[in-house]
Amino acid sequence: RASMAASSCRGVRSILWKYGSCGKNFCVSRSKTVPQLPVRHICVSSALWKKNLAAAGPQKFTLEFINKQVEEFEIGKRHLANMMGEDPETFTQEDIDRSIAYLFPSGLFEKRARPVMKHPEEIFPKQTAVQWDAEGRPFHFLFYTGQQSYYSLLLLTGSRWLLKEEIEEYLVENISDHDYMRMIQLMEKLLSMPYCSLEEEFILKFRKQLEVQSSKHEIPALQYDPQGVTFSVADGRRKTAKASITLRDSGSGNITINGRNYLHYFPLLQDREQLMFPLHFVGMLGRFDVEGSVEGSGHSAQAGALRLAISRALLSFVSEGEVEKMRQAGLLTADPRIKERKKPGQEGARKKFTWKKR
Amino acid sequence: IILNGITAHLLPTYHSEGHSGQYYMLPPAHIQKLFPYGLPPRFQLQIKTFNEGCVMVRPPALELISYLKRADYSKPPLRYVLYGDIGTGKTMSLCHALHYCYTQGWLIVHIPDAHLWIKNCKELLPSSSRPSRFDQPIQASQWLKNFKITNERFLSKVQLDRYVWTKRESTEKGQPLGELIDQGVNRMKSSSDVVGAVLRELKLQAGGTTEGEGAFKLAVAVDGVNALWGKTSLKKEDRTMCEPEELTLIHNLRKMMKNNWSGGAILTALSQTGSVFKPRSAYLPNELLGEEGFDSMEPFVPVSVSNYNEKEFESCYLYYLDRSWLQHPHSRSEEGKKELIFLCNKNPSILERLCAAL
Repeated sequence: RASMAASSCRGVRSILWKYGSCGKNFCVSRSKTVPQLPVRHICVSSALWKKNLAAAGPQKFTLEFINKQVEEFEIGKRHLANMMGEDPETFTQEDIDRSIAYLFPSGLFEKRARPVMKHPEEIFPKQTAVQWDAEGRPFHFLFYTGQQSYYSLLLLTGSRWLLKEEIEEYLVENISDHDYMRMIQLMEKLLSMPYCSLEEEFILKFRKQLEVQSSKHEIPALQYDPQGVTFSVADGRRKTAKASITLRDSGSGNITINGRNYLHYFPLLQDREQLMFPLHFVGMLGRFDVEGSVEGSGHSAQAGALRLAISRALLSFVSEGEVEKMRQAGLLTADPRIKERKKPGQEGARKKFTWKKR
Repeated sequence: IILNGITAHLLPTYHSEGHSGQYYMLPPAHIQKLFPYGLPPRFQLQIKTFNEGCVMVRPPALELISYLKRADYSKPPLRYVLYGDIGTGKTMSLCHALHYCYTQGWLIVHIPDAHLWIKNCKELLPSSSRPSRFDQPIQASQWLKNFKITNERFLSKVQLDRYVWTKRESTEKGQPLGELIDQGVNRMKSSSDVVGAVLRELKLQAGGTTEGEGAFKLAVAVDGVNALWGKTSLKKEDRTMCEPEELTLIHNLRKMMKNNWSGGAILTALSQTGSVFKPRSAYLPNELLGEEGFDSMEPFVPVSVSNYNEKEFESCYLYYLDRSWLQHPHSRSEEGKKELIFLCNKNPSILERLCAAL
């Protein structure tokens, strides 16, 4: 039905091409300064060329596409009016239907199968606009709750219902568990009604704000050397590797780990990049001297532990805004992943024994 | 001519302290003749990519050249040992000094890597002349070919003593060196003995015991000299390990290292990268040479080679920029430079690998 209507629109347009001024504009403006990367021809088997039709889901239309269809519809309406000899300005939907029935007489019994020219709003199903940007990051911060509009109302984020003890304190009366549950149910019912924002004040009395997570980091204290050089000490852990470092100011970027130069201790580039990340992020690459000791686990885990330790030590040299940025970059979060336990009846943590049918 | 800090086409004789950190170009003809296999493999790739070979003038090489200029060649030769951490430029400094000798018209005996003679030998023949020794025909003939290319002009000048190879073959007195080398290349069986004979002849005739015409100075350059006194990874037919003493080539080379001749210089460089059974952290002469090697090499002049300092790093960075080797636009900024310094800790070989292509 949609494709019939779309093709009829296009049909009208193609008949009246000479009147049409809506040519497609190709903006091919390549800046010559950008070097063209060589195109790699990747050979792929033909099985991959077939589209997985089931996995695609209902067809999605972009906003630009819908807008274009609307434009074409408007122009097509005017052309139709011209064709029928009527005034384009006062051409209603009924007139359109009449004209189409006249121009394209159809003997089909099913009314919905006949050619139709309607406004794209009625033809294409309404969808929510795409909620995420080109990289897949959602726009709204509550996207992953599933109901971002609901939770963004009424300051429901960042707060929770008061506990039974806190309500008892507020009411200066004793209430039973059953009463408390009933009360919470009623408050939820109130929230689900429309116009509940009128009673926002009343509802907020029973909600308690949660503390903001970001201000919870312990900043290690800045200590002073006998020579007057500022330094700070911090620890870090990753997957059984424990690291402890001293970050000294006014250095020249030397890093000593377990008494050896970091170039000898970490011959792999990836590990040195891990060490570089916190200093590079804050922009203080050549400023500090690092002296560290690390033990346990493998080279990657040791590099991760040192990275965490360096970021923690840097907190004392850096401003509040930078601390928040570091937290968002994931520099201050301890990686909780550890080796998963091997289960009985399986080869490893996940790997199963060979499955024999009989 | 000084372009962007490159003193192109200036011969090593004129290099001085002021040129330290600047690049000079190796003339292509010299590269083909002098260094068929002498340069480090990555540097050879770089020559192929940039279509020219540019070497940085650095203090260790300058020191070596100044010693060579001031040495007294009527006395026994001085032994110079270049030592340092991995990837700091020992082989390159050795090649720089060797280029100086070549431009001065010396006779070059260059063993590009002595480690190749103590490991991975496919054919190990029992020696034809002595029962307890082993020959390496492939390595010996390869070396003779290179020697021929490097020292073409001396081939007809040097006269030989009488040598007997087999019952039917012998080299008469007074024959030129070229013939002997040809014979060594053609007859693989006796090539190791030919090498020994060549070395002996050169030792006797260096320093101009004859008149001015035939006088030449001998430069013996060995890279990876710690191979001569370490262990081999070769096995004899009865599956026991081979000692370096039992290899003809090594034995003759050891005789060359002694300073019981006059009229030349012995330039050597230690190398951990090709060595067998040595830990990666070893870089000092007494660690790599071992007791035996240290005693035989003593007395020697040690020359230490270290990582780039600020000025040299700057020069290398500008050279890569100049040759458009650093493609990423971020590498041209200060930030990018700091990152590079951090990641490679100003080690020449690691910097080269970092900037290299995939």
